[in-house]
Amino acid sequence: MARRPPGFVPFSAAATATLGYHHLPRPSAAIRPDGAHDRVKIQEADAKTLLVAQGLPVPAWAVAHTPAQARAATERILATGAEAVVIKAQVLVGGRGKAGGVKLASSTDEAERVAGAIIGMDIKGITVRKVLVAPAADIAREFYMSAVLDRAARRILLMGSAEGGVEIEQVAADHPEAIIRRHADPMLGLLDYQAREFAFEMGLGGHLKAAVAIAKGLVRTMLAYDADLVEINPLAIVREVDAAGTAVERLVCLDAKVTLDDSALARHPELEALRDPDEEDPADREAREAGLTFIKLDGTIGCMVNGAGLAMTTMDLVKRAGGEPANFLDIGGGARSDRVAAAMRIILADPKVAAILVNIFGGITRGDEVARGLVEARAQQTRDVPMVVRIVGTNAAEAAALLEQAHFATAATLDEAAAKAVAAARGAAA
Amino acid sequence: MSILVGPGTRLVVQGITGREGEFHSRAMQAYGTPIVAGVTPGKGGQTALDGTVPVYDTVAEAVRQSGANTSCIFVPAAGAPDAVMEAAAAGIATIFCITEGIPALDMIPAVEAVVRAGARLIGPNCPGATSPGSAKVGIIPGSVHREGRVGVVSRSGTLTYEAVQAMTDAGVGQSTCIGIGGDPIIGTTHLDVLKLFAEDPETEAIVMIGEIGGAAEEEAAAWAAEHLGHLPKAAFIAGRTAPEGKRMGHAGAIISGGAGTAASKVTALEAAGFLVAGSPTELPALLRAAGYRG
Repeated sequence: MARRPPGFVPFSAAATATLGYHHLPRPSAAIRPDGAHDRVKIQEADAKTLLVAQGLPVPAWAVAHTPAQARAATERILATGAEAVVIKAQVLVGGRGKAGGVKLASSTDEAERVAGAIIGMDIKGITVRKVLVAPAADIAREFYMSAVLDRAARRILLMGSAEGGVEIEQVAADHPEAIIRRHADPMLGLLDYQAREFAFEMGLGGHLKAAVAIAKGLVRTMLAYDADLVEINPLAIVREVDAAGTAVERLVCLDAKVTLDDSALARHPELEALRDPDEEDPADREAREAGLTFIKLDGTIGCMVNGAGLAMTTMDLVKRAGGEPANFLDIGGGARSDRVAAAMRIILADPKVAAILVNIFGGITRGDEVARGLVEARAQQTRDVPMVVRIVGTNAAEAAALLEQAHFATAATLDEAAAKAVAAARGAAA
Repeated sequence: MSILVGPGTRLVVQGITGREGEFHSRAMQAYGTPIVAGVTPGKGGQTALDGTVPVYDTVAEAVRQSGANTSCIFVPAAGAPDAVMEAAAAGIATIFCITEGIPALDMIPAVEAVVRAGARLIGPNCPGATSPGSAKVGIIPGSVHREGRVGVVSRSGTLTYEAVQAMTDAGVGQSTCIGIGGDPIIGTTHLDVLKLFAEDPETEAIVMIGEIGGAAEEEAAAWAAEHLGHLPKAAFIAGRTAPEGKRMGHAGAIISGGAGTAASKVTALEAAGFLVAGSPTELPALLRAAGYRG
């Protein structure tokens, strides 16, 4: 058996629970310098694959969909000399540790039992369908490192903190000076000297080469995949035993979070496969494939609007008129009739929808195209729901003629349209 | 007078022969905007808009031949950042990028190139700007405007049209209306536009239209409190009913951890002397309540 390095404590679930090993419940969130913006989230295992492809040091892992697969993975990992494994729920929501979705296991039996408990578990409304199994690390020290899109500075920002084991947003709030920041050059990227300065400031002088490689690797990963966040929390110095049986310390990425810019997915067809179908609502998928931005809400008034700001305003005015919006739906700029018809299908698929408010202010979108789409959609729809349509701006006169011919209820102003839709929903409910 | 676009505008349209480029160029021309050139690589020597506008292969050639000083970009997303840099390198002073869906990281070097050239970029993913009665650049429908002295700045596209139409219907005209765009990386911010309005003697009131997410409206409000105290100011913030954690289409439009909420923006705007509307239709009445006599 390999010689145990100094400070080694035998693993057991009970012992590790009190030792603060990295895989135990831990809040984790990136600091977003100028307002967060969610993009395409991918699972930890997929994020780690991207990091490895960019040459970053990530301990081996396996993904298991069943307790039996978790047992087999554990057997392989324990055979390499690891004392225990960590089993982590693969879900795209934060707080999985707190929810009981991250556990240690020191035997194949225990791994199978733990995986069985985690798979099928509900974490914030998401059913866990798979777990990641990795060797439990013996951590000497933890850090935080991330690369994010800094919108205000219009640069890539590298952030790090030597404070391990605490929530990074809390560090930023309490000790902003404890967050190390470097902007990558807008033309040249992160330069070597910047990465060195950054590593020294983080207290990683003892692991300079590895820290510089990781810092540059995060920025490289961002650029390679059009990510807007690449976050390692924790980045850890772990104690390992090398092939010669000598205790060594190594800087490794123990967790990974990557979000991708959906505007760039067209040039990364391989990343499209990383969208997790287990976690995407069918309505969301249909909306995305039709080029729509759709968010389901709890109300009864379906909204179809062009433009995100106007769509939010329409929701606000529905609420102000005494109604509740059933969704946010932006048909985008320049929508043709087929996209309008798809939007109508998605709205009507929600059984709670009792009235529909269409609000189009044509600019790049042409009102007559939308009107044609509405006429087509109504001819196909199976459920009759009262609809109030307001189309102004580009080609509004042509749209008005089409709507009048098809006997649509119309409104001149947004306030009037919201009031009519709320009244129609009440009438439908009565 | 006005800002960014006006009587001195000499416009080149990049992507003038495309579907959107041609459609909106016709609308700009009909509004009276002098379109002096178009650019479509490979179509140099042709003409656009029924023979009225010469088409060049490059922006540099268009500038040399026509004296263009302003550009409007309708180039598809894959080529739009390059189109921005081409315009900046050719000496265009004011570049409007209408294109939406540009990968955010592509805009980092493009914005830097614009800064280094001493030019100004508005957008991308923006509707452009109109100085009513003189010129419009972009896709804002000309019919929503009326000549006047209220400067309008907004992050949105169609919400801007809605607000401006409401002002026009109430007889409140505009000096210049600008949509700065909803993407993560944009060339010109709310604050930048307020600084330009502050220098414009014919802008006598301000309307700022914002959205949840980010802190751009708060920053602009803080500056306005110090420098625009003398002007009547009204504002509207979209997304008061948006749920936390959901991105509402625009990159910035998300509330996260309590930051960037409509409430925090409304508070900041009111503290800076803005009257904040509950609906865009209330903006003209609020301007008058704030002392605007236009």
